[in-house]
This record gives sequence, C-alpha cells and structure tokens, in this order.
Amino acid sequence: MGKRVLLIEDEPNIIEAISFILSRDGWSVATHSNGHDAVGVVLANPPELLILDVMLPGKSGFEILRELRDAEATRDMPVLMLTARGQTKDREMAERAGASRFMTKPFSNADVIDVVRELVAT
Amino acid sequence: MATLNVLVAVCLIYVTFLFVVAFAAERAAMQGKGGWLRSPMVYTLSLSIYCTAWTFYGAVGYAARSGLEYVTIYIGPTLVMVGWWWILRKLVRIGRAQRVTSIADLISSRYGKSNMLAVGVTILAVIGTTPYIALQLQSVTLSFTVFSGAQPGGSSPVDRDSTALLVAMGLTLFTIVFGTRNLDVNERHHGVVIAIAVEAIVKLFALLAVGVFVVWGVGGGIAATLERIDTSEIGMWHVQGDRWATLIFLSAAAFLCLPRMFQVMVVENDDEGHLRTASWAFPAYLMLMSLFVVPIAVLGLDLLPAGSNPDLFVLTLPLATGNDGLAMLSFLGGFSSATSMVIVAALALSTMVSNHIVMPIWLSLTGGGANISGDVRNVVILARRVSIGGVVLLGYLYFRLSGGGAALAAIGLVSFAGVAQFLPVLLGGIFWRGATRMGAFAGLTVGFMVWAYSLLLPSFGTGALISQSIMENGIFHIGWLRPQAFFGIEGMDPLVHAVLWSMSLNSLVFFVVSLIGFPSPLERLQGAQFVNVYEHSSNPQSWSGGAAQSEDLMIMAQRILGAREAQKLFEREAQRQGVTGYLPEPSPDFLQVLERELSGSVGAATAHAMIGQIVGGASVSVRDLMAVADETAQMMEYSSKLEAKSDEQARTARQLRQANEKLTQISVQKDAFLSQVSHELRTPMTSIRAFSEILRDSDRLSAEEKVKYSSIIHGEAIRLTRLLDDLLDLSVLENGQVNLNIQTGNLEDLLEHSVVTALTGSDETAITIRRNRALESAWLTTDLDRLSQVFINLISNAQKYCDAETPVLSIQVNQADGVVMVDFVDNGTGISKDEQAIIFEKFARVGVQKAGGAGLGLAICREILARLGGSVSYLPGQGGAAFRVIVPVRIPQDEV
Repeated sequence: MGKRVLLIEDEPNIIEAISFILSRDGWSVATHSNGHDAVGVVLANPPELLILDVMLPGKSGFEILRELRDAEATRDMPVLMLTARGQTKDREMAERAGASRFMTKPFSNADVIDVVRELVAT
Repeated sequence: MATLNVLVAVCLIYVTFLFVVAFAAERAAMQGKGGWLRSPMVYTLSLSIYCTAWTFYGAVGYAARSGLEYVTIYIGPTLVMVGWWWILRKLVRIGRAQRVTSIADLISSRYGKSNMLAVGVTILAVIGTTPYIALQLQSVTLSFTVFSGAQPGGSSPVDRDSTALLVAMGLTLFTIVFGTRNLDVNERHHGVVIAIAVEAIVKLFALLAVGVFVVWGVGGGIAATLERIDTSEIGMWHVQGDRWATLIFLSAAAFLCLPRMFQVMVVENDDEGHLRTASWAFPAYLMLMSLFVVPIAVLGLDLLPAGSNPDLFVLTLPLATGNDGLAMLSFLGGFSSATSMVIVAALALSTMVSNHIVMPIWLSLTGGGANISGDVRNVVILARRVSIGGVVLLGYLYFRLSGGGAALAAIGLVSFAGVAQFLPVLLGGIFWRGATRMGAFAGLTVGFMVWAYSLLLPSFGTGALISQSIMENGIFHIGWLRPQAFFGIEGMDPLVHAVLWSMSLNSLVFFVVSLIGFPSPLERLQGAQFVNVYEHSSNPQSWSGGAAQSEDLMIMAQRILGAREAQKLFEREAQRQGVTGYLPEPSPDFLQVLERELSGSVGAATAHAMIGQIVGGASVSVRDLMAVADETAQMMEYSSKLEAKSDEQARTARQLRQANEKLTQISVQKDAFLSQVSHELRTPMTSIRAFSEILRDSDRLSAEEKVKYSSIIHGEAIRLTRLLDDLLDLSVLENGQVNLNIQTGNLEDLLEHSVVTALTGSDETAITIRRNRALESAWLTTDLDRLSQVFINLISNAQKYCDAETPVLSIQVNQADGVVMVDFVDNGTGISKDEQAIIFEKFARVGVQKAGGAGLGLAICREILARLGGSVSYLPGQGGAAFRVIVPVRIPQDEV
C-alpha cells in the first residue's frame, strides 16, 4: 500500500477521476465530500498529503485550511488546494490560508501527479 | 511761438486721435475684420512700451551723466530677443495653452493654482510698478513746465500737481474705456494694442527727428558731431564691468518679468509666429531709439547753459534754437512714451488685482457661488475699473509724496531689480518640473526682502525710511547685515550688491526648498503641463468640428450666455459665414469664437470641455477633465466655505451616496456572478479533461471502465450545454428581451405534458406523481411553453432532491379570481428556513450536491413568471419541499 492521500471534494466525478489517477500511481486514496466535519476527519487520521477543494458544502476550503494550520498535528502537512474559480484573488487567499500549492481546475492529470509527488517528497 | 494753449490743444487732439484709432480697431475686431490689427509689426511695435518716458527723456540724461552705460538698458532686451527667443516662445505657448491672464496668473497657475502666491506676486508687482508710474507722470508734468517756462511773459504758470492729476485721470479713462470694454478671459485688447503701436511710431519718429535736427541742423553734419563727441567728457567715461553686467542682466530680466511687458508679449500675443519677426524687428527698433542719444547729450551739454537738466535735452534743444514745431513733436514723443506705459501697466496690474485680490474678497463677502453669471461679469468689470483707477491713483500719490525729487530718476533701476525677483520662479516654473509652490513662495519672499532692505528702502535716502545707524551698523547692530555690505563685503556698487545678493539668495532658497518639499498632485500636473507644453498642446484651441450639431451648441450657449446674447452671437456668426437663418455651420472658426465667448462666463477650462462634449468625445482629453475637476474643486471650496449647508446640497450628497452604494453593490454582485459562472463551467470541464486524459493515456482499462468514463464525459458535456442554455435563457429573461408566444390551452394537458417530459429520459430514482385531475380543468391564455418549462423544472427538482424513501410529489390546483394556483409538494425533509431565502437566487444550490444542477432553474422560473404576470414562491410548513406557482388565466395586456 502506498502513502495515504486524503481528498476533500464534493463533485462525485472529480472524486472518481482523482482517485483513479492517484491509485494508478500507487497512492492510497481516502475521500471525504463535505466541509462540515472535514477538519475532524483530517485531524483524526492525518494523511501524508491533503488535496482540498475550495467550494465545499458547509465550510469553505480556506476556512478548513486555516483551522488545520492552527492545529499542532497538521501545521506542516502538505496541502494542495484546488479551485474552479480561476481568479488571482483566490490564489492569494489560498496562499494566505497556508496552502503549499494551488491548482486551478481543470488540471492535467500529469500535473496533479507531479505536484503530489513533489509535495510528499519534501 | 508755442503757447501753452497750443500745446494743450495739440495734446487734446492727439489724445482724441488715439481714442479714434482705438475705437476703430475695436470695431474692426468686433466685425471680424481685424486681421491687419494682428500683424507681426503691430506686435513688435506694442513691445516698445519697454521704452517709457524714462528711456525717451532719461536716456539722454543718463548718457550726459554716465556716458555709454545707458546702452545696457537696450542690450538686455536685445539679448533676450535674439538669444533667448525660445524662452519667450515657451512663455507665449504656455500663456495660450493655459489661457494665462497675467504674470501673477502664470506663476500661481504653475504652482498648483495657489492664490496665496498670486496675491504675493500681485502685491510685489504693484510695489515695483507704482514708482514707475509716478515717474511717467513726473516726466509729463516736467515737459509741460519746460514749455510754460519757455513762454515769454509766462502768464499762467503751470500747476504741477493739477497737470499730473489731469494726466492721471485721462489715462485712467482711456484704460477703462479700452481695457474693460468687454470681459474675455483671453484678455486681448485690440484698441489698446493698436493705440500703443501708433504711439510707438510717434515716439520713434519724434526722437529720430530731434536727432536728425541736432546732428545736421545744429551740430553741422556727421563728421562735426563725431568730433564734438570725441572731445566731450562722454567719450572718456570708463566702463565699469560689474555694473555693466548687472545692468544688462537687470534689463533682460525686467524685459521678461515686468507685468506690462508680460501683458503685451504673452497675453496680447495672437500668434507665436509674430515672435520670429519681433526677434529682429524689436532690436532694430531699440537701436534706432538709441541712435541719436549720444549726439543729443553731447550737443546739449555744449550748447545749453550749465545746470540745464540733461533729462530734458530732447525738449530744450529744439526750444532753445527756436524750433517750436519740433519741440512740440518731441513733447508728443515723450507724452506717448509715458501714456502707453501707464495704460498697459494699469491694465496688467488691474487684471491681477481684480482677479487675485478683489474677486476672491468679493466672493467671500457675498457668498457668490450661487450667483448667475451675468452678475459676476458686471462685478468683474467693476473690479477691473476700480483697480485701474486705484493703480493710477497710487502712482499719482507716490508722485505727490515723493515730490518728484531726484530719487525718482533712479527708481527705474530699483523697480527693475524688484520685478527681476520673479525671474527664478518664472524660469524654474517653465523648465524645472521639481519646482514647488513652497519653494516659489520662499524664494520670492527672501528675494523681495533682500531687495527691499538693500535697495528699495535706502533709495528714499538715508534717514527717510531707513535710519543712519542701520545703514552704518546693520540691523540690530549686526555688522554683516548692513544693507549695502552683506557679510562685510564692502565697496561694491549698491545696485550690483543688491542685485547679486537678492537674486542669488532668491534662487538658492527657491531651489533648496523645492528640493526638500513635496509637490501636491495639482502642482505636479500643472508643472508637467508647463514644462512639457510642446508635447501637450500642439494646437490647444482647434476643433475638428463636423460632428457638432448647431442646435446643441445653441442650447448650451443659451444656458450660459442667456437667450438673447446667444441668439445675437449665432446670428452674427451665421451672417459672417453667409448662411441663411440663425444657425451657423459648426466650423472650427465658429467653435473657437463660441469657446472664447463662453469662457468669459464659466472659465476657460469648463468652456473647452463643454464644447468638447458636444463636438465629440475625442476632443476632451484627460487634461481638460482635470482642469474642469480643478475648477469645480475650487468652486466647491468656495461654496463649502461660504454657504451654510443647504438642503439641496445635503439631498444631492445623499443621492450621490445612494447611487454610489448601489453601484458598489452591483459591482460586487457582478464579480460574484462571474466567479460563479467560472466555477460552474470549470467543474464539468475538470471531469471531462481528467477522464479524457485517462482514456487517452491508459491502455489497460477494462471495457466496462471505458464505457463508464465515456458516459461521465458525455454526461458532463450535456451538463455544460445545459448550463450555457440556462445562462442564455436567464440573461434573455432578465433583460426583458424575451418574445412571449401567447396561446390558449388546457392546464390539465399542460401538466400532463410537463410530467411526461420531466420523467422521461431521466435516470433518477422513480418518483410517484399524485394529481387531482378534476380540479385541473382550466383554460389558460399565456405562453404555454414557458409555463411548461416552469412545471418541468419544479418536477425535476422534486425528483432530484426529494430524499424520502419512496418519493411522492403531489400537484394540486386551485382556482380563484382569474388566477390559478399550482402547488408542488413532495414528502422529503424540505428546505431549511435559511435556505428558503436564497433558493431563487442564481447559483443558489442547497443541500446535497447532485450532478446536473447548475443552480439557475429556480431563478429562471421566477423570471418567467414575472413575465407572465404571476409568481412562484416557497410554501413553508408543508412537510416536504413545497412550491406554489400563481399564474393569471389570461396574461395581462401590458406583459405582451
């Protein structure tokens, strides 16, 4: 079993796509699809890498990330943020919230793999 | 034999002649026939007001006392004209581009339109010019006295003071008549200029005539005269290098800075090209003026009794030899020199005094912001007239008080040194963008203080205004502050000393304070426009015309000038163009005329922008808008200072604030909407891209997986299309551009069709539909397709979002008062109270996310029903999610 990646995303097809490409690359993928209890889920079992959507039902990705950065266990956890709102201000907000990397949807599968490998290696 | 009466008669005739010339010129200009008035030669001749009575009479006196030094007074302007014409050209260009009315206006305008600076410059200009006006009055009185003295049996001794008073009053009258006939921000006075040009010819002709008479009539030809000069003392005066350099510098500086020179050179200038002619013609004029100075001085010293006043040789030489006619001509020459100087100086100073001192005070006293323009025009003209009278009166008082003493003769140079203080600020302003208002103010203040202390006060004579002890020991007994020996440097010529220190301290302070300080945005803007005037305004007043509608121009002109004035102007222009009717063609010429006319009332920048708006947007530059904004800002400043806050203002402010809030809100909504659309488009595209890459890159996919992933791509593509359809549909509905297709049909059939359409082709879980068909028989005349679209949407929503184990949707119809109510109630958990408030907003998806919904459906439903004259709303408290559609049986007429 490969290293564990947690994907928090609410769009079923995108969950399916990312799960597929990461599994194929040898990662173990866990998923979660809403914002309400996302922080609890992450803290209960911190993954090697978190992939976090911005627009989630219940709580936004930015908020979730801020809370995670405040917690001891996840302060330095690599986090890749995904958003479908391709504005510069979203990128800035992501950086301020503490994202390690930021990608705009749609993305190329190869890029996702590259970034995930890079973030876990460092 | 010339009697005094003849002299007075000649004077009156001459003055009447000047009035006639000036009237004719004004009239020709009014009728648009004044082209010849604006020839380069007239411009050159008008510059000759540089040669006042001080030069006409005084040059000979100067030569008799100090030899060739008098030449320096002519060399300075010659050097400026020949070598520094580019400075003049820049001044003239700026003057025209910025519609400058005086040197005070130029300096204040350059340094951020500071009125404080304008007031300072105005006061200093008045201080510097008053003695000079007194000098002119003195020369006229003196020449009268000479004539009365020469009269045998002198029955009526001339009363010096009353002569001066009469002359002063006459000059005031002339200046008022031709200087304030019409109010026009361009401040051009054709009558005055042409009168000055005539006087320039008279004084040159008079001096040349006296010279020719002296050389050939008295001196016995050129050779004999040269011989006399060689043997006279004049030839032996040695040249004092520092004094010469100072005098040349002073006269050059004064040529640029004297308010009256600025008036004729910049303000009255009509065409930059005239400077080309003036650059050689004016030095030639000066050369001719100075040609016979030395012969007249030498022969005067030789022939006239010792102790004769050399300042009056020009007059006394012809008189002594019995040539009364020539003496009369010479008198007219001196009279011309004196009068032209006083007229232009009074004109220039009165513009400054009324614009920068009287008007601001008047405005602050009356709270004039709200007055209509007609009133203001009268007040401005009155202020001009009073100022002219005031300036000439000051000169007269100075003449009376100083008693026409010897100190008056030296005052010419003192005055030059005073106005020369403007030079650093002026040149810095047009060549150095870093120059600041504080720098200008500090430099001017220091320069003038040093000038007053070291030159002006001592010029009244030791003990008069400055005590002996200060002169010898310095102020407060500080030795290095002695007025004529700063820092203990003694033995310098007082004039050289004063000019050196005042100019260098002035420049230094101006430079250093400018470097330290920080210019305001307006200063920076103005600075850029002055320094880079050639880039900004190749031809600032030209309009391309064409697009302008004469009617629009007429309406605007009426609003500003008043109906009658505007009509008169338009008719006159139409006639000039040869057009029948009262509307002239909007030619560039006409637009310029109109702009000038308007600017007299509303200010130059505003007039320019107003015409620009009508002629076509492209003509109004950011620069113009800034100028308008600035004018407006100044008006606002006035009105806020002077007027109590009126209801009107408060209401306007409130409306502006509301409009602003609304705009901000709309802007925020627009951003949010775009961001939403981006999200909604990118989400399906993400799946499509990811799965198509998977299909492309993986060759080990099972057939099952391939089908599954292709289906996802297919589904997402459909979702994208539907989203775009919805967006377009919504946009059409919101803009009210939708065309309704009104038909009559049965509600039961319509519901049947909607249910079938909603449920077919859907892979959602089956939902049971409950209806009571008995209640559904109603005939509707409306857009049936659109209504069906609403029903389908509501049924599909129930099917998608109803979370009951066995979903059931009941559709109930009620009829009342010409409307039908259709309720759609399902048996799920419904929609929470918070979410009920937003479900009809765009992209307001609530609850569990399900693929396929773009979040626009209910917004579309709401828009459709608004078009059909009905409504859709959420019905709380029905158990599950419940929507009520209300639609009129017959669509209201105004919706069609």
